[in-house]
Amino acid sequence: MNHIDKQYYLEPNRRLSQLITGLILVVLFGWSLSAIQFDQLTANGLTIAKNILLGLVQPDVELLFNFTNGVPYLLIETIAIAFLGTIVGAVLAIPLAFLSASNIVPKPVAIIIRLLLVFIRTIPAIVYGLMFIRVTGPGPFAGVLTMSLTSIGMLAKLYVDVIEDLDTSILESMESLGCSVMEKIRFGILPQLSALFLSIIIYRFDMNLRDAAVLGLVGAGGIGAPLIFAMNSYRWSEVGSILIGLVVLILIVEYVSNKIRTKLVRG
Amino acid sequence: MYAKLLPTKKLTLPNGKVVVEKRPMTPLIIVLLLGFSYWSIQITGFDLEMLITRIGQFLVIIQEMLSPTWVYIPHIWKPLLDTIKMSLLGSLLGAISALPLAMLAASNITRSTWVSSTTKFVLSLLRTLPTLIVALIATYIFGLGTMAGTVAIYLFTIAYVGKLLYEQIENVNMDAYEAMHSMGLTTIQSFRYAIFPQILPNYFSTSLFCFEGNVRYAAILGYVGAGGIGLLLDESLGWRNYSNVGMILLMLVVVVYLIESISEHYRKKLK
Repeated sequence: MNHIDKQYYLEPNRRLSQLITGLILVVLFGWSLSAIQFDQLTANGLTIAKNILLGLVQPDVELLFNFTNGVPYLLIETIAIAFLGTIVGAVLAIPLAFLSASNIVPKPVAIIIRLLLVFIRTIPAIVYGLMFIRVTGPGPFAGVLTMSLTSIGMLAKLYVDVIEDLDTSILESMESLGCSVMEKIRFGILPQLSALFLSIIIYRFDMNLRDAAVLGLVGAGGIGAPLIFAMNSYRWSEVGSILIGLVVLILIVEYVSNKIRTKLVRG
Repeated sequence: MYAKLLPTKKLTLPNGKVVVEKRPMTPLIIVLLLGFSYWSIQITGFDLEMLITRIGQFLVIIQEMLSPTWVYIPHIWKPLLDTIKMSLLGSLLGAISALPLAMLAASNITRSTWVSSTTKFVLSLLRTLPTLIVALIATYIFGLGTMAGTVAIYLFTIAYVGKLLYEQIENVNMDAYEAMHSMGLTTIQSFRYAIFPQILPNYFSTSLFCFEGNVRYAAILGYVGAGGIGLLLDESLGWRNYSNVGMILLMLVVVVYLIESISEHYRKKLK
C-alpha cells in the first residue's frame, strides 16, 4: 500500500451520517412543499407582474423629485425615524448591556436581563408598532418608539460581547499608577469601547432604516404607508418611484456605513 | 480630509522637539449628532410629555399579553407550521439557487467583469428590498397565501447567501483550482473539486443562519397576507385581543428559540 492509498484509507467514513442528513433534508423538503400552491396564480397575477415592472421602468417622475410632499420628503421622514430610534436605543441599551455582562454583575442578574433582552428581540417590530400606535396614535412618533425598543434588544446583545472582551490588565496597571475611578473609566474603558460601540450603532442604523420603511405599513410613519396606499389602488408608477427612492437610499446608506465601519474598526 | 480642515495643535517638548497633535473629531461629531437629533425630533413630532402620560396604555397591553389564553393553542398550530414550512422551503431552494449565482458573481471564477458585476448588483438590489415589501408585491402576483411568503423568503435567501458566498469564493486559495484548470478540467469541474470543499462548511453554516433569521421574518409576513402566523397576529391585534397575541408570541418565541438552538449546535459543529 503506497502513501496515497494510506491517506485515503485514513479518511473517516462519513457516508452514513451524510446519508441520514440528506434523508432528513429530503423529508423536510417534501413536507414543506405544501407551502406552494399555484391555484391562486391567475392570468390577473401575470398582468399585475407586468404592470409592476412597467411601473419600475416608468416611475412617476414628478413624485420622485417633489421635495415638499413627494418621495424625498418621505425618505427624510424615514431617515429621521430610524436616526432618532437608533440614538434613543443606543443610549438606553448601554446600562442594560452592562447589567447583562457576566464579568461586571453577578450571574443571576445577568441571566435575568439577558432573558428580558431575548424577549424584546423576538417580538417582531410590527407588533411593537401596532402597540405603540395605541399609545401615541398613528404617525412617525410611534415609529420612533418602536425603533428604539427593537434597537435596545439587538444593541445590548452586541454591546455585551464587546464589554465581555474588555482588557482588564489595562485597568489594573492604571490602578497601580494611582488613577481614580473616573480616570480609569475615561482613559481605560471608554477608548476600548467607543470605536466598536459606534460601529455597532451604525450597523443598527442601517437595519433600522429598512425596518422604518416597513413600519409605515402599520401606520407608524415613513415611506411604507404611501407605498401600501399606492399598491392598493394599483398606481404602479407611484409604487415604482417609491421603490426606486427607497432602494437608492438604502444602497447609499449601506455603502457609507460600510466605509465608516471599516475605518472605525481598523482605526 | 476632515483633519485638514481643523487647525492642529502644536506642542513643544522639553527637548525642543515640536509635536503636532491632531484636533479630536469627537466634539464635531457630538455637535452634528445633536443637530440631527433636534432636526429628527422636529420632523417626527417626538413628544416626551405625551409619552409619559400615555405610556400606561402600553403597560396595559403588556399586562394583557402576560396572561395568554392557553385554549387558543389549537388554533395556532397550523399557521405556525405554515410559517416554518415557508421559511424552510424558501431557505432551502434559495440556498441552492444562490450557489450558481455566487459563482457568476465571484470575480475569480467568472472572467467577464461585466457578468460578475451585474450579478453582484442584482444580488445587492434584491437584498435591499425589505422582505415584507417583497411579500406584499408577491401577494399581488401569486395571490394571498403561503406561496407569496415562500417567494419573498426565497428571494431574500438568494440575496443573503449569495452575497456571503461570493465573498468567500473570492477569498479562497486558488492554487488547486488553477492546477486543475491547467490539467484540462472545465471550470465547473475544477470548482467542484478545488473550491467547493473549501467553502462547503461556510456555505452550510450561512444557510442555516439565514434559515434562523427567516423563521423570524416569516412570522410577520402574514401581516400583508402572505400566509403563516402573521395572519393570526394581525387578526388578534386588530380585535385588540392582546391575550391571544401574548399566546402567539409565546409560541413564536419558543419555536424560534428551539430552531436557533438546533441550528447553532450544527453551526458550531461545522466550524
